[in-house]
Amino acid sequence: MAYSEQELSVMDSIIARYPRSRSAIMPLLHYVQSLAGFVTNEGIEEISAKLSITTAEVSAVATFYTQYKRKPMGEYHVGVCTNTLCAIMGGDEILEGLKEHLGLENDGVTADGKVSLEHLECNAACDYAPVVMANWEFYDNQTVQSAKDLVDSMRAGKPIPPTRGPNVLPTWKENSAVLAGLNDGHANEGVQAGAPSLLGLRLSKKGSKK
Amino acid sequence: MSTDVVDMITVIVDGFEISVPKGTLVIRAAEKLGIQIPRFCDHPLLDPVGACRQCLVDIEINGRAFPKPQASCTIPVEPGMIVKTQLTSPVAEKAQKGVMELLLINHPLDCPVCDKGGECPLQNQAMSTGRTESRFEGTKRTFEKPINISSQVLLDRERCVLCARCTRFSDQIAGDPFITLNERGALQQVGIYEKQPFESYFSGNVVQICPVGALTGASYRFHARPFDLVSTPSACEHCAAGCSMRTDVRRGKTLRRLAGDDTDVNEEWNCDKGRWAFKYVTAADRITQPMVRDASGELQVASWPEALAAAAAGLQDKRAAVLVGGRVTLEDAYGYSKFARVALGTNDIDFRSRITSDEERDFLASTVVDSAPSYRDIDRADSILLVGFEPEEESPIVFLRINRQVRKRSLKVTTIGTKLSIGAEKLKANFVCVAPGTEAQAVAAQELTDKSIILVGERASESAGTLSAVVALAQKSGAKLAWIPRRAGERGALNAGAIGNLLPGGRPVTDAAARVDVAAAWGVDSLPAAVGRSSSEIFAAVNTGTLDALVIGGIDPVDADKSHEAISAIKKAFVVSLEIRESAVTKLADVVLPVAAITEKSGTFVNWEGRGRNFEAAVVESLNRSDVRILTMISEKLGRSIALPTVSSAAKEFASLGKWDGAVSAFVPVAPANAPTLGATDALLTSWRRLLDAGSLQDGEENLAGTARQTVIVISPSRAQSIGVVTGDAVRVSNSHGAIVLPVLVEAGAIHDDAVWMPRNSRGSHILATLAVANGAVVTVVKD
Amino acid sequence: MTALTPVLSAHWDEEDSFTMAGYKRHGGYKAAAKALKMEPDAVIQLVKDSGLRGRGGAGFPTGMKWGFIPQGDNKDHYLVVNADESEPGTCKDMPLLLANPHVLVEGIIIASYAIRAKYAFIYIRGEVAHVARRLQQAIEDAYAAGYLGKNVFKSGQDLELVLHVGAGAYICGEETALLDSLEGYRGQPRLRPPFPAIAGLYARPTVVNNVESISSVPAIIANGPEWFSAMGTEKSKGMTLYSLSGHVANPGQFEAPLGITLREILELAGGVREGHQLKFWTPGGSSTPIFTADQLDTPLDYEGVAAAGSMLGTKALQIFDETTCVVRAVLRWTEFYKHESCGKCTPCREGTWWLVQILRDLENGKGTAADLDKLLDLCENILGRSFCALGDGATSSISSSIKHFRDEYIAHVTNAGCPFDSHASTLFASAKAGA
Repeated sequence: MAYSEQELSVMDSIIARYPRSRSAIMPLLHYVQSLAGFVTNEGIEEISAKLSITTAEVSAVATFYTQYKRKPMGEYHVGVCTNTLCAIMGGDEILEGLKEHLGLENDGVTADGKVSLEHLECNAACDYAPVVMANWEFYDNQTVQSAKDLVDSMRAGKPIPPTRGPNVLPTWKENSAVLAGLNDGHANEGVQAGAPSLLGLRLSKKGSKK
Repeated sequence: MSTDVVDMITVIVDGFEISVPKGTLVIRAAEKLGIQIPRFCDHPLLDPVGACRQCLVDIEINGRAFPKPQASCTIPVEPGMIVKTQLTSPVAEKAQKGVMELLLINHPLDCPVCDKGGECPLQNQAMSTGRTESRFEGTKRTFEKPINISSQVLLDRERCVLCARCTRFSDQIAGDPFITLNERGALQQVGIYEKQPFESYFSGNVVQICPVGALTGASYRFHARPFDLVSTPSACEHCAAGCSMRTDVRRGKTLRRLAGDDTDVNEEWNCDKGRWAFKYVTAADRITQPMVRDASGELQVASWPEALAAAAAGLQDKRAAVLVGGRVTLEDAYGYSKFARVALGTNDIDFRSRITSDEERDFLASTVVDSAPSYRDIDRADSILLVGFEPEEESPIVFLRINRQVRKRSLKVTTIGTKLSIGAEKLKANFVCVAPGTEAQAVAAQELTDKSIILVGERASESAGTLSAVVALAQKSGAKLAWIPRRAGERGALNAGAIGNLLPGGRPVTDAAARVDVAAAWGVDSLPAAVGRSSSEIFAAVNTGTLDALVIGGIDPVDADKSHEAISAIKKAFVVSLEIRESAVTKLADVVLPVAAITEKSGTFVNWEGRGRNFEAAVVESLNRSDVRILTMISEKLGRSIALPTVSSAAKEFASLGKWDGAVSAFVPVAPANAPTLGATDALLTSWRRLLDAGSLQDGEENLAGTARQTVIVISPSRAQSIGVVTGDAVRVSNSHGAIVLPVLVEAGAIHDDAVWMPRNSRGSHILATLAVANGAVVTVVKD
Repeated sequence: MTALTPVLSAHWDEEDSFTMAGYKRHGGYKAAAKALKMEPDAVIQLVKDSGLRGRGGAGFPTGMKWGFIPQGDNKDHYLVVNADESEPGTCKDMPLLLANPHVLVEGIIIASYAIRAKYAFIYIRGEVAHVARRLQQAIEDAYAAGYLGKNVFKSGQDLELVLHVGAGAYICGEETALLDSLEGYRGQPRLRPPFPAIAGLYARPTVVNNVESISSVPAIIANGPEWFSAMGTEKSKGMTLYSLSGHVANPGQFEAPLGITLREILELAGGVREGHQLKFWTPGGSSTPIFTADQLDTPLDYEGVAAAGSMLGTKALQIFDETTCVVRAVLRWTEFYKHESCGKCTPCREGTWWLVQILRDLENGKGTAADLDKLLDLCENILGRSFCALGDGATSSISSSIKHFRDEYIAHVTNAGCPFDSHASTLFASAKAGA
């Protein structure tokens, strides 16, 4: 399947952002991932042609970064933070719970293609630990049960919305396009900050009122 | 030569003072003192990377110590620097031992079956810097082993220490980044993109510079232990670049050839043909005994005296000419040159067993034979003009040298050619696209300076007026001019006078003083004065009955202009053939005399610079009978001895003749030919030989052939449209001699609308044999 | 008691804090307009005078970094903002950008003007889609308002700003790896010299600054360097975001002057979770040697933390109580470094591979007391031997934890396994206990 004229012109517009075309390789990889759900050979070859670099140079980059997948992911890709703090606060139990609940190993995808599961490194939301990410949206302060509810809602086609994110959880492909720098119009949705982010500010205001 | 002023910096390494040029890396300053700092990723011809961390040393500058050990392969010397290596610094020693231990934890203990065992930097440095017993009790990283990254290179990722020498070489030197580091962290590994093998003309270098046994050559793998090999310095016979080589022999058989070190020429590199094409020497059709054609027309094995007598009898008092192949050594060429003049009394000798012209002959005599351009000129040029020359295909080390300057300082390269090549694209060359036959006009339009250099290939002779335009451009601009033939022996043969208009040392045959010079040295009364015939004129003269006999040393008649005429001449004439293997000539010759191949003899190739590349025999228990010795024996039978019984006597005599210091014949410019009129399906054929092709010196090298470029017909989009084809369709190119059908590649901006390009001698595209033309001829191009 | 000083976070509690309107309500983009009327060198001087130091971990003076960019060199200059926040425990830049992306855009406009850059990039980690969305929108809104693009603020200056989204690689937080990544290569660190200020992005002079550093600039321009330098300690000026996480009653962000102590922050936050005691903590993320209760009063500024044997880093205060097995914590961090090692250099690539195996054996009761010496010796062979600081960081928690908790490691050996109940450490356990 070849890329459409429209898709090729999106690639050109991504390349045009940069003073030097090779810089566009990462957004282009996100973009081809948004079309197929993963980085296909076709995507690598198209990027190689567009940037006038070898396919080996493209795949060298694609395999370096963990977010680029070389096989199809679920429509909802669920990542459980198991770096030290989240793991200790409950991330390990959440991951085990989800593995058991979904019958998946790490990097597995459910047979219906709805959910894939991966353990993640730190997601810069430690004050919301334990943290689960779905399609790179925040699900803060998770429990084993809340995580199971989340994946169930995904499999039912009505995913629970993120804690700090858009009103409706976008699909894996849709969010890959966001990472390619394409504006999906959902920036104004969701909270501006969760409670822990505001803790210091609230305490400060409380203190100054005193 | 300009003199480079070099700032020297004095540093102290392990208490010893040394002055080195500014910019020298600490690791090399130490080397100059004989202090060997262990290393893996460091390579003097690659950009420093500091990845392996094996070369850590303690450094202080003007009393200020670095807080931690530094990688000596990345730090240039500075005034006031004091370096303490593992020899004097316990910190450096521990750091190095620590890194060595880490390099070994995941390295397999398969040295006993590893090609590199015995010549392995990891093995050696593990001995010098490693622990006696491992502290690692964990699980080693494993990979599938080995995997092919091309038909000729295998990769064993378990052995890899990730020094990135190979990936840096392929990117920085060869310009073929088809191997890269993939994945990350402990899973990082060298690899290719699954659909694009490491098909680089220079891939063998990565095997040679791999500091472990991770990269091995398919043809050598498991064939020998390094300590069973006898190594002999050698020179490469495959092209005129002049690579220094090393030939490794075990029990009389060449098992591998490696690039030798020569800073001035090939640095430490060579091409895959030079490295991996040597089985032709031991091919089944190798001729080992003299043969004489009997009365029934069959070649019969004969004794040497018998065969020499038959040769002499057939040549005695005949009108004979000499044809010399392009891979003779200087000494052998000198033998042929003297043999023609002294034994046969003729100037009918030509080393150009290919498409030639009188314009080229005059160009060689007036402009080339006395010239000494060099690789250094490429390093210093402000721009390079390529005319009728594809360096990557026809002189790969020249390509690497240009590429280095393109990468280092964006050297401007312009190529005047009939098709844009992969090599020209890699050099980011400005491609001046011409129709075959119109090169001269494009050359005339170039602007160069006296710092530029023009590199002109032997194919320039295939288009009338091109060499004339090149000479005029060089004169007008003051640019340097270098002629780069494709074959290793041509420049030496020119110097030796194996051509109709020159005697040895560049002496014009038409110059009486020059003839007297040479006649005196040779102890003969006089030498023939008329300019001799060219190779095509020689064949024509046989066919018209004005010549009777030919002495042929290693030519392929198919290389000639109008090869059918060459073959009919060889059939007709009395032919003495000096050959290593059965060929189109030996099949028709009257006397066949076996000669030594490169690895069996000594001699000198003269590369395009005019630089002598001496080599000794690598295989001693061999035939070891160079052409010059056999020619001497024939001449003795003829009663007109050339008295060159050994290679060294030929070398000595040639050297004593010295160079001609008299007047050089002036070059007479030639006008370009008129362009033929083309019908709708007509095109002008153009072609060149690819580095890896059906050349007979590559016979039997299947692994090498596996990385040859695709054989295709190339046409422009407008021609594709007019004949109704797209890339991949079968296209037929034909003339009255024959037809070739191949898949077509339609390339915009890469070829003139009037032209059609095909490889000259690749599998499925033997255009000289099939079409009997190569360049500029009108052919019919249609959809098959 | 040190008072909190919300500046960056001052308006995060307004629902539209991330919009152009929300930002402008409190004087947003006025600092840029002001700065662009100054001489660029005066802007650099002002930032130098403020004493602002890099908030990404190393603490290099920001104004001095800007001053290193050669001027009048007829080369393109670049500003690159490091928003690749990935250090375990670090969680300040993402909430900042979620709540107020415009403050970064404004800071970029000012910094680019100062260093004469016409092109700026934000390199944001790839695992935060909504933050990327907010930044993308903020950039587009700034273009629409004439703050980016041609003739910004009608100053005659042009500025292009591109959001570049990473794809999962901690190493890209290292500035030279970030530059290689941004140029379209594998994100592996480069040799230095040349330093980015001389040959950074595309081998041109480049400033790489952390999100928080650049976001602090508008307030410094607006309020003056004295206002900023009045906060903090002698060599560590201004306010900064401290991120408290882990076994505490109330985790969250605390914007306070540099030099506040953990004891003060814990007090504000309601202390360690109920019924438990502080066991160990990180002052600045997982690459900084761990502290115990003994360092509760260490001033959390660059000098104070260094003097106590660790690093201020990203001010990521991860709190672990007595239920936590230190070997498990350290193993998990080490697994992180192994996962994130770029693979370029031997000590980090192979060393983390080995460290994980030894720690895993220890945690699972298969280790020996001699393994501790081996671990420490290995750390010695990695620290200061690696190509970049990632390898160094990998050793921090190991060496420091063995220093503080050697007995606990030994207990794993004598106990032939981990003596801790991992469930007791979870939030769910404490919820149950609380219920």
